[in-house]
Amino acid sequence: MTNTGSTRRAVLTTAGIAVSAVLLAGCAGTTKHSASSDGAASGPVTSANPNAPTKQGLKISFVPKEIDNPYENTVDRGGIDAVTGLRETGKEVGPSDASASSQVSYITTLVQQRQDAIVVAANDPNAVAPALKDARAKGIAVVTYDSDAAPEARQVFVNQADSQEVGRTQIRLISEQIGGTGKIAILSATPNATNQNTWIGFMKDELATPRYKGIELVRVAYGDDDDQKSFQQTQALLQSIPDLKGIVAPTTVGIAAAARYLSSSPYKGRVALTGLGTPDQMRQFVKDGTVVRFALWDPSQLGYLAGYAACALASGQITGKQGEVLKAGKLGTRTIGNHGEIILGPPTTFDASTIDNYHF
Amino acid sequence: MGEELGPGRQLTRALVRWETALIVLCVLVFVLGAVSTAGFADRDNIGFLLVDYTEVALLALALLPIVLTGEIDLSVASVLGFCSALTGALWDAGMSFEAIVPVVLLTGAVLGAVNATLVVGLGLPSLAVTIGTLGLYRGLAYVVLGDRAVTGFPESYRPLATAVVPGTFLPLPTLAVAGCAALAAVVVHATPLGRSLYAIGLGKRTARFSGIRVGRIKSGAYVVSGALAAVASVVYTLRYNSARADNGSGLELVAVAAVLLGGVSIFGGRGTVAGVVTALLLMAGLRNLLFLNDVTNEIQNVINGLLLIVSVLVPVVTDLVSTRGRRRGAVRRPTEIR
Repeated sequence: MTNTGSTRRAVLTTAGIAVSAVLLAGCAGTTKHSASSDGAASGPVTSANPNAPTKQGLKISFVPKEIDNPYENTVDRGGIDAVTGLRETGKEVGPSDASASSQVSYITTLVQQRQDAIVVAANDPNAVAPALKDARAKGIAVVTYDSDAAPEARQVFVNQADSQEVGRTQIRLISEQIGGTGKIAILSATPNATNQNTWIGFMKDELATPRYKGIELVRVAYGDDDDQKSFQQTQALLQSIPDLKGIVAPTTVGIAAAARYLSSSPYKGRVALTGLGTPDQMRQFVKDGTVVRFALWDPSQLGYLAGYAACALASGQITGKQGEVLKAGKLGTRTIGNHGEIILGPPTTFDASTIDNYHF
Repeated sequence: MGEELGPGRQLTRALVRWETALIVLCVLVFVLGAVSTAGFADRDNIGFLLVDYTEVALLALALLPIVLTGEIDLSVASVLGFCSALTGALWDAGMSFEAIVPVVLLTGAVLGAVNATLVVGLGLPSLAVTIGTLGLYRGLAYVVLGDRAVTGFPESYRPLATAVVPGTFLPLPTLAVAGCAALAAVVVHATPLGRSLYAIGLGKRTARFSGIRVGRIKSGAYVVSGALAAVASVVYTLRYNSARADNGSGLELVAVAAVLLGGVSIFGGRGTVAGVVTALLLMAGLRNLLFLNDVTNEIQNVINGLLLIVSVLVPVVTDLVSTRGRRRGAVRRPTEIR
């Protein structure tokens, strides 16, 4: 007996069983084409009563994608503020990794704790769906925010911003900053990034309107959402297009890297830069004059809106049907759109006079 | 429990003590939970805390025979991940679920056989090899499926991973785990094969000279481990109705913790199925209890880490103490000379 011999035998046996099993299994059976799709969750059927009083003592829980992410924490602080403002109790619980299924244990626990509403940013729209449906079946209101779950598993999805509005706003900003004429370039994330490509699509659409006929989009560069590569791409854009007037970077990584390059180059103040960034990353570049104004949605408002939606659902003021109106405190009202979607609104813009009001 | 362990009576007694302590601790957690925390003793909740540990339990049972021989397999959760990714890719390609399951199970066995070839065939250290395949199999999972998530698995099979035995709160997967554990207990504690596992763990050379086919048994343990991890992947994929390359990442550490906390020696040669099962129950109950009391994940990791260290430390300390107690002439591991 040798070690190698026994291993080989084990491998051969395995392979033998493998082949025969595949043959046995054959081709007939349940495939994705024959499998039926899921039905919607069977929550208690009620109709909305917009004038119902907001119930007191509601317990609302926020489940972010991961608990240690500063962006998500800002969102949830906004949500908890909204909830405590209504004199309910709110808390944030969640996994420390953003893997597909780690949220399920938390959601199940919240159901067990008899929370009145669960607000979740789904890591995997399908993995959380059964647990959310279970919650709904037990009469718990389910809201998704930031990242949606399978629509039949929740009542309302609070979307941070309308893609169209995000795209068009950035063109408005760059046009203001270059005086409406000249060559511009886009510094994006990866060539196949879904969000960025959608926004760039709307930017091109906006540029095609007569208002912007003086502006020419000469190139779309990709920094792959990598700080160093975005930095190098910025340099390349500026050197290869001598009369470049402005850069739009619809990614927080890209805009920060581009600003860092510009701030220490002779192009500072001569080439405009705008896009989507976070105030904490952009503060110094706004203060040193590299960047005049940029945009992003306000994450704390996203949480705030989700918190109001959760309380309204739990109080029976809305049910998630299209056309219902959500009263959202300082944000005013929002009308529920198709598939229970509520949009936060146009992106917020930040400049030297407002940036110090934001910390995220 | 430990009666089948052969001659070392003192050792047997120590093991019984360890398991008794575990059982007491386990009962304590459940009683304390029921008294202190609303919802803990709910039928639904007990069912959930059991089903939530299905995959960890299967991985721990996959690890047990390997650890008994004094080796380790850290790739179990990556095998789960690869098999889940493969399930997704094949399902997406239109293959029937009935055909996917055997393919996936055998893929798991093949991945186990790769570990076996490297560890047994080439004589490489299992810790290094399976850290390597931990990364390799997880990487291959991303090659197969990328960062996509495949869903829509058949409604007709999903209840197998989620439903309860009619009229009870016992989830079906838990029943399957209990079946696997019973089978493992019989094989490990009541067959010549099981005794060989212990013999190999206590002294490879002695085992070989006693006519035990060390290589074949170890290889078999790795292949079985791979196949069991594949079973765990099928349960995981159906339970979450989601096939992704990152499925089950990090579970290997929880499984190793359960095995060691269960009283299985990391050096091989001792441990029982009952111990591991008790440790799994204890960990599942504790985790759920901490969740219900809003204890954050970070603190849970700290507690798990401490449990793991304690479970490695306690046997060593008891050994030391008993050796000193018996003074000279006492041998640390009486069973090693045989």
